[in-house]
Amino acid sequence: MRLLAVGWWLQLKVRSRSRFDGLLGVLWPLFFSTTVFLMFRAGTQSAALLSAAVGASVMGVWSATSTAAGGALQQERRQGTLELLVAAPRPFPLLILPVTLAMATVGAYSMVATLLWGRFVFGIGVTIHNPIAFLAAVVVTVVAIGVLGFLIAVCSVRYRASWALGNALEMPVWLICGFLVPLSALPAWVRPISWLLAPTWGMSAIRAAAEGRTAWLDLAACLGLAALYAAAGTVLAGRLVDSARTHATLALT
Amino acid sequence: MPVVDVQELTRTFRSGRGLRRREVHAVRGISFSIERGELFGLLGPNGAGKTTTIKMLITLLLPTSGRATVLGHDVVERPREIRRRVGYVFGGDRGLYERLSALDNLRYFAELYAVPAREQRGRIAELLDLVGLAGRERERVESYSRGMRQRLHIARGLLHRPEVLFLDEPSIGIDPVGARELRSTVKALAERGTTVLLTTHYMFEADELCDRIAVIAGGRIVASGTPAQLKQRVSGGGVVEVEVFGIPDGVVGGVRTLPGVRTVSVEERGQAQVLLVHTEPGADVAQAVLGRLDGARVGRVVTREPTLEDAYVELVRE
Repeated sequence: MRLLAVGWWLQLKVRSRSRFDGLLGVLWPLFFSTTVFLMFRAGTQSAALLSAAVGASVMGVWSATSTAAGGALQQERRQGTLELLVAAPRPFPLLILPVTLAMATVGAYSMVATLLWGRFVFGIGVTIHNPIAFLAAVVVTVVAIGVLGFLIAVCSVRYRASWALGNALEMPVWLICGFLVPLSALPAWVRPISWLLAPTWGMSAIRAAAEGRTAWLDLAACLGLAALYAAAGTVLAGRLVDSARTHATLALT
Repeated sequence: MPVVDVQELTRTFRSGRGLRRREVHAVRGISFSIERGELFGLLGPNGAGKTTTIKMLITLLLPTSGRATVLGHDVVERPREIRRRVGYVFGGDRGLYERLSALDNLRYFAELYAVPAREQRGRIAELLDLVGLAGRERERVESYSRGMRQRLHIARGLLHRPEVLFLDEPSIGIDPVGARELRSTVKALAERGTTVLLTTHYMFEADELCDRIAVIAGGRIVASGTPAQLKQRVSGGGVVEVEVFGIPDGVVGGVRTLPGVRTVSVEERGQAQVLLVHTEPGADVAQAVLGRLDGARVGRVVTREPTLEDAYVELVRE
């Protein structure tokens, strides 16, 4: 736990100290939320607008994590620290997980920014009927998104070009996980894919808590899937590190 | 039992597919061993296979064939046991978190290398003192000079008190004063019982520090022994250095055919070139060499005893 906590804190420091990244981090969620609010304001249903406000806030968490997770290990590779992480005696997955959890935490800012932006610029007040469940749902969703980012990140231990994976998954997940439109609006064949993605359940739990419905089943599903991702990522990380040692892809050249 | 034991180790890098498939044989069946407390040097030109060898020993690369053990553990079968007990320091600017302070870097790597929490503070302070960064530890690494970064690398590599330390060209890019301090730190570590494998381009560094040296070229070990033994390989002969401003075509080949000449090489030194002629014992070839340079602008001519560097140059060009 200490390793995870120290790793998370120092990775958070690393990621919060670039002025350029910081500026993008501030502006990006506002851009997303403005687009979504303008789209949904054209409609007449206030319930849909509220749902979109919450969805847009989670979009920011996912975008910050997915795009950064793909590039995180490439960045470690570029600065020569990836080899040091692999050469460390601690289990490699425990060194990578805090990296993506730190990204998800940075992304969590976008939730707050989106809701405040909606409230003060667009006049969309989100009433949270069950604050405790809402808070729990937000924390679990952020952690689940971080763990999904971990699954993406470990791929780039072996494949240098897999930094693009996170970018490729960014927008499909917005749709498939129901951030923008309800799952019922998606084609039937897409829904099983949605159910396999933890953010779907996290999103559902956040909405349920905000609206005063029970969120605990959705939360359990989100947490269960995150645990599965963590287990799969751990196995995958072991195999990919061995493959990287064989194919010499830990260093830049 | 040797602390590091390498038997017929090879590593081949493959790239491309199909007709574009390319193979580079970086290490070709090398064998050597290092005893506890020994300071062993691996010398060779760029691309000789030094870093590849070190990366196999610290478990970052899997060998293509052959076998290596570190502290009795096989590098393929038992990587975790090896990682716990070895340290790795490489030269250059990379390998640190630039946006963090030196202190945060060391805190992070102390966690990574499983330094017990209650020991971390004291150990970090001790190492900051050792490498001369005490008082500067709260500054971000991005503001550090190359020498300071290198010293921080050393501190990082020593955090978990490794029994074996792998130093891959640690003095590269450091100013002479920093390099001297680094050498004294390495020497002190070896005196305290740490086994050290050092790669360097600087012959005087190897001569000053290493108990034994293996010269590696083209992925093969071409000679090994104590610095004195390596020097003996070219002793008995002599070296003639001729400074020339523009060596005419065909002169090097011509000098090579002179009686009493062993090898000939050319070094670039600023605007001049230096013709290095290694001679047989007792041979006086200076006049004959100058005769071959007739018409060229010649500067200083020196006849001297061979150094370890001469031995190295002769070995890697054989």
